Amino acid sequence: MSGKSLFRIIISAGVVLAGLWLLQRLLVPKYMHGIVEGAMTAEFYQEKMDHDVVFVGDCELYENISPVTMWEQYGISSYIRGSAQQLIWQSYYLMEDTLRYETPKVFVFNVLSLKYNEPQKETYNRMTLDGMRWSASKAEAVRVSMLPEEQFADYVFPILRYHSRWQELEKDDLTYLFRRDKVTHSGYYMRVDVRPAENIPDPRPLGDYAFGENAWFYLEKMRLLCEEHGVRLILVKAPSLMPHWYAEWDEQVAAYAQEHGLPYYNFLETAEEYGLDYMTDTYDAGLHLNLSGAEKLGSYFGRILSEDYGVPDRRQEAAAAAVWEEKCAAYEAERQAQEARLAAGLPVKGEP
Amino acid sequence: MLFTSYGFIAFLAVIIMLYYLVPRKWQWGLLLFGSYVFYFFSGWSNLLYLAAATLSTYVTALVIGKRQAADAAYMAAHKAELSREERKAHKEAEKAKQRRVMVLGILLAIGMLAAVKYTNFMIANINGVLSLLHSPARLSFLDIMLPMGISFYVFQSAGYLIDVYRGKTKAEGNLFRFALFVSFFPQLVQGPISRYDDLAEGLYAEHPFDKKNVAFGLQRVLWGYFKKMVIADRLLTAVTAIIGVPEVYGGAFVFAGMVLYAVELYCDFTGGIDITIGIARTLGIKVAENFVRPYFSKNLKEFWNRWHITMGTWFTDYIFYPVSVSRFMLKVSRGARKHLGDAVGKRVPVYLSCLIVWSATGIWHGASWNFIVWGLGNCIVLLISQELEPFYRWFHAHVKVRGSRLWDAFCVGRTLLIVSVLRLFDCYRNVPLTFRMFGSMVTADNWSGLFDGRLLELGLSGTDYMVAGLGTLLVLGVSLLQRRKSVRERIAALPYPLRFLLWYGLFLLVLLFGAYGIGYDASQFIYNQF
Repeated sequence: MSGKSLFRIIISAGVVLAGLWLLQRLLVPKYMHGIVEGAMTAEFYQEKMDHDVVFVGDCELYENISPVTMWEQYGISSYIRGSAQQLIWQSYYLMEDTLRYETPKVFVFNVLSLKYNEPQKETYNRMTLDGMRWSASKAEAVRVSMLPEEQFADYVFPILRYHSRWQELEKDDLTYLFRRDKVTHSGYYMRVDVRPAENIPDPRPLGDYAFGENAWFYLEKMRLLCEEHGVRLILVKAPSLMPHWYAEWDEQVAAYAQEHGLPYYNFLETAEEYGLDYMTDTYDAGLHLNLSGAEKLGSYFGRILSEDYGVPDRRQEAAAAAVWEEKCAAYEAERQAQEARLAAGLPVKGEP
Repeated sequence: MLFTSYGFIAFLAVIIMLYYLVPRKWQWGLLLFGSYVFYFFSGWSNLLYLAAATLSTYVTALVIGKRQAADAAYMAAHKAELSREERKAHKEAEKAKQRRVMVLGILLAIGMLAAVKYTNFMIANINGVLSLLHSPARLSFLDIMLPMGISFYVFQSAGYLIDVYRGKTKAEGNLFRFALFVSFFPQLVQGPISRYDDLAEGLYAEHPFDKKNVAFGLQRVLWGYFKKMVIADRLLTAVTAIIGVPEVYGGAFVFAGMVLYAVELYCDFTGGIDITIGIARTLGIKVAENFVRPYFSKNLKEFWNRWHITMGTWFTDYIFYPVSVSRFMLKVSRGARKHLGDAVGKRVPVYLSCLIVWSATGIWHGASWNFIVWGLGNCIVLLISQELEPFYRWFHAHVKVRGSRLWDAFCVGRTLLIVSVLRLFDCYRNVPLTFRMFGSMVTADNWSGLFDGRLLELGLSGTDYMVAGLGTLLVLGVSLLQRRKSVRERIAALPYPLRFLLWYGLFLLVLLFGAYGIGYDASQFIYNQF
């Protein structure tokens, strides 16, 4: 092969690859406004310090507990690796993924996702998994999460999945072509508005209350993974009123926790202890807490973590304090911005 | 494994790379292995049908070939001893024996096809007759899956066997080489229906890496994907919506569906064949062309000479001619001439042969009455056209329009309309419903429905229609350019940066505008079902 041909091949291949890379960046959803949940998984990798507590789970975590409150009151450095309808095997692989970067003292897992025994929706899969960095954990997470209509190649080359998004491109796709803003505060998704939890419908009786085999399998894997890495695993049930958390489910989790010596906190049962008021502390009628509720739970659980599990107070560490000062400032700024929008009668999460 | 699946593209990449890496004498072996792997992915049980068709045809052809060789040796040794009559009698007796073997081979292959494809059709008809006779008895339908591409490889095998019997083709002695001829993966699922003499040499020859073959082959593959994924699979949604709810989409929508289906079917089938021929060329193998710009045909006869050519020639060579010259048909011809006179009598065998061929063509396309009626419809139009020949001659003698562009355009439009109307039987797959929908179309009073946004309720957005429309214009433009010179040859003559941009642009068009992945139903090629 002549030098000219080789040069031509190299240049052509470069143009092809660069073009595809650029197109892919343009076409993948950015999740910077509106539905921001798809940006949460990737945000973890921007963290500038390690964490002593890492939460893994669905919206019942990332909307219900404030890491900033835990820092401000107990000096706990924590992060919520949450995403919409995060399934238990996805939580497991996010734990594995987290351990590639740091080893926290505590993993907190919200048990609601035990109710799902198989993959649910492609949209949620993508929002949880697209942001994960590639590793064996991600590959496995994708493999076990895929619905029959999904293809592994679509995760490897997201352009194949989003190729038809050219019809929906908007300003954000250009603005965030090479960068992303933060959409959470250490994984917490803030909402300051209030919508009281009234008229909660009666729970629908289920034919079978037993959690599925697959769900148990991954809970067991979580336990063993934590054991192997010397990380304490704490199971929690966040205080969301819907979807309904059945007593039969609670008994199964409590029995498992007791059998394996794991702590299990059902925050629905202790809501009065930390002063949760479903008339003022939820923004969507009981599904998720608002900032007021998330701070109450953060304060309550922060004390437990600090006093009962010896999670250290790191406020005296200069580097940690500097990082958290930045986080607290951003948190406060968003609180004020949302309150201002609320006062002006605007949706709190609208365009800036 | 669909041609449009990632799995197939990965499989193809591996096969092409290995093909040029292994020693050349192993190339055909690799193709055989690859073809069986490819077919395995359609269901392992399908391999049994493929192997059975291969084995039965191979053995019977070999028996015929050996008998022919033995007969030739005998004749050479005893030519002097035998009188002319004895030689003739011997030859006829031997030919009869060979014919019996050939019939056995064909019955085995076609019988297998009939069993899997037509059993339930027969049961449905028997049940229909029982119902007419008010009998409560009913036969149960069988749970049989139609193996992918069986109609193609069975016909290809049968054609080979007949050619061996006729002495046109030498029987292949190597079972594995013959197995490759039957199973060659690019053409296994939707043809073309190749002849052994055309394909075999290329299949078994050693092929060194040839840059032009690989480049031209891949370019044609890409063009096939463009037609299939950007146009056909996009239009499929609207066509399915129109056909699926005939009580809602009548009148003008039947016309819209008919037009969209004409474009969809063309892009689907020719796209698939482009992929097939392109892959084969990438491997250095020449496969017969199956289309020559059929929508530019000026009459139905010409259309059938340019559309699915290998199927048409198969039916002509292996059914029409043998039936036309069969003893039975000669008897019919003599009887008809005697009782109906020469003018009518000479037409009877031709008409009968035509009816047989078109019924067979129809039923080959699918085991249901709509396909048979579609075939007969084509036959009737062709025969009427033939009968009108004197009128055409008279017309052209008095009206000087022949050769004008306007007249040509009229003929092309008329042919396309006839073809499309007949295809309504294929669309609705129900004979009475097709007639009803045709009636609804010709008496339509809802033409405004095509312009008031209702077309956007068929699962396609305005942008989709625009993409499909522009894509169709591109296909049309390429077809027009092709009439003088191969478009790929023209592009190859351009400076490198320009041709790189053209092919990369086409690749991006497929990538971005292709109707694939979540949100689009995985669509197999229409002709895979036959």
